[in-house]
Amino acid sequence: MLRNTRVMNRFDLTRRLVAKLKDEAVVGGIGFSNFDLWASSAGRAENFYMLGSMGLAVPIALGVAIAQPRRKVFALEGDGSLLMQLGCLATVAARAPRNLAIVVWDNGVYAITGGQATPAAQAGTDIVAVARGAGIAQSAWASDEAEFEALAEQALAGDGPWLIAARIDAERPAKQTPRDPVLHRQRFMQGMGVREG
Amino acid sequence: MADATTRSWHGIVLDVLRRNEVRLVTYVPDNVLRPLIEGAHADPFFTAFPTAREEEAAGIVCGAWMAGMRGIVLMQTSGFATLPNVLASLACACQIPLLMMVSERGTLGEFNLGQALVCRTMRPVLDALGVEHHTITRLDEAEFIVDRTIRQAVGTQAPACLILSPLLTGGKVAS
Repeated sequence: MLRNTRVMNRFDLTRRLVAKLKDEAVVGGIGFSNFDLWASSAGRAENFYMLGSMGLAVPIALGVAIAQPRRKVFALEGDGSLLMQLGCLATVAARAPRNLAIVVWDNGVYAITGGQATPAAQAGTDIVAVARGAGIAQSAWASDEAEFEALAEQALAGDGPWLIAARIDAERPAKQTPRDPVLHRQRFMQGMGVREG
Repeated sequence: MADATTRSWHGIVLDVLRRNEVRLVTYVPDNVLRPLIEGAHADPFFTAFPTAREEEAAGIVCGAWMAGMRGIVLMQTSGFATLPNVLASLACACQIPLLMMVSERGTLGEFNLGQALVCRTMRPVLDALGVEHHTITRLDEAEFIVDRTIRQAVGTQAPACLILSPLLTGGKVAS
């Protein structure tokens, strides 16, 4: 499965996903995952940008999904970050939130620190197989851009939890997120309708 | 409602959580916390569930708060020791009132050297990060401390940690 997937570009796929969104929440994981989310949709109040707490995109998104069960929530997480908190996949499977979708950008490296290989890249670990094994049955590799879009549509329309994994290249992000955690938290709370603008 | 002197510490904590609309309870289990965890599971007011790691539990509560739901993380002392990075870079940096409750191991009769050592890191970490923390030792003070700590955390948008002393809970002793 893994070796038949095309190597895509994170910024391009992020833009394709964001283009389909209305009021869905998106949690951008630490590093290039949230940088490209910022680059694709900086003005979107429903985006949360993680400037630390590596590995917590999925737990933060799960918390949002529990608090607002009628809003769809996407977590955009890198493979290295997810490896740090693999146990969260079992927690997601146990809670089975219908409104949660996890997107994993898999380039096999810690890109922001200089492109060092992850242990999973060396071992050939298959993130989708790990997610299925953890109990998230609706987990799939996107083999190309068209399939990524189709899987995103499926996640938007149907009950989750979902996990969509995409192999991506080593390209740098299009922009950098401003380092202002309070601003991001405040905007996101406005986007979630719990704070006035 | 029973008089505070006849109520259990966990009964008091659950009452105060209800009164303050703290509905989400995420935890990594601990023997001392057992009655509190069981009480939260037994009441449909609460959404209570275990996570694989304390960092995850904290991330879930932070996410839920940003989306309008209050929560608390339950853990033991050694679990707290996994949290400094998440406290610094998420709860403190974003000014999120992450509520934490720690059952204190490592003191007043500890039998495990590792627990005794890790316990010594807890308050220095909280102090270094400027996180408000209170140690509850007496049943008659429990309601006041838990209630006021939650109110202050929410009001000032700052994380806070409540430490349950063995003086309150009995702790865990070697059998």
